Amino acid sequence: MIVPFGHVFLLAGVIFTMGLVCLVAHRNLIMTLVGVEVMMNAAAIAFVAAALRWQLMEGQAFMLFILAVAAAEVSVGLALVVSAYRQTGSIDPDHYDILKW
Amino acid sequence: MTLYPIIFYILAIVILVATALAITRRQPVHAVLYLIVAFLGTAALFFLLGAPFLAAFMVILYTGAIMVLFLFVIMLFQPSSGGLGLISEWGPATLLGVVFLAVAVAMVFKDPGSGIVLQGAVVDPRDFGHFLFDRYWLAIEIVSILLLVALVAIIQLAKRRAGSDAVEQRGTISNRVKEGHP
Repeated sequence: MIVPFGHVFLLAGVIFTMGLVCLVAHRNLIMTLVGVEVMMNAAAIAFVAAALRWQLMEGQAFMLFILAVAAAEVSVGLALVVSAYRQTGSIDPDHYDILKW
Repeated sequence: MTLYPIIFYILAIVILVATALAITRRQPVHAVLYLIVAFLGTAALFFLLGAPFLAAFMVILYTGAIMVLFLFVIMLFQPSSGGLGLISEWGPATLLGVVFLAVAVAMVFKDPGSGIVLQGAVVDPRDFGHFLFDRYWLAIEIVSILLLVALVAIIQLAKRRAGSDAVEQRGTISNRVKEGHP
């Protein structure tokens, strides 16, 4: 007997919203990736809570896949950010204007 | 048995406060350090929810590998002096978040199953591994291919960067294109 299922889902929803706000509001590509990480964290909490609610192991298995996808996403994303920084000298997306004529 | 709910709410407060501090920091280093606290709290939450294997993975992979990768990459950049905290930037984002959260709360509490009290259960790591490789072996293989593809992509990005001239100045690319040396 831990807590009602809705409370855990509410925690996941609040964390997801925080990640969404971070993703939208910041003008720094690193902070954008941090927001994506926070959102994946919320999804993982929701999956593990659902696994406990229905007493199935599928939720935990999918949390493992979320972990692997997050690792791949972050490594490729950070490599792209570094590449963009080397080409433009900035990690502010507002400065990416080499297509502007 | 009122110990588990107390632990859960304490962990929830720790995670929420650490995440809120992380997303409002101006320096990415501070944000990542607060995020490590949030992920450690999440690992403890997984332990409480009966997933000790995933809790260990959370500590090893998220806080041990991914966040250290973040910190190493942040060291490559110069600290940006971009002003933050403008109401014109945070206002719409916060409004969007509040609307999204209101809809999510309404949906969660409309569900009659949300009042079900979770029963404690622990998944043995041995059973979890057997289950994973019995039923989801194909997904495991696909995920491993995904990681391999990510590795190849990163190596390709790094090679192309090292092969071209060191372009540091902003706008140099467009000059190079105009000169006919893409």
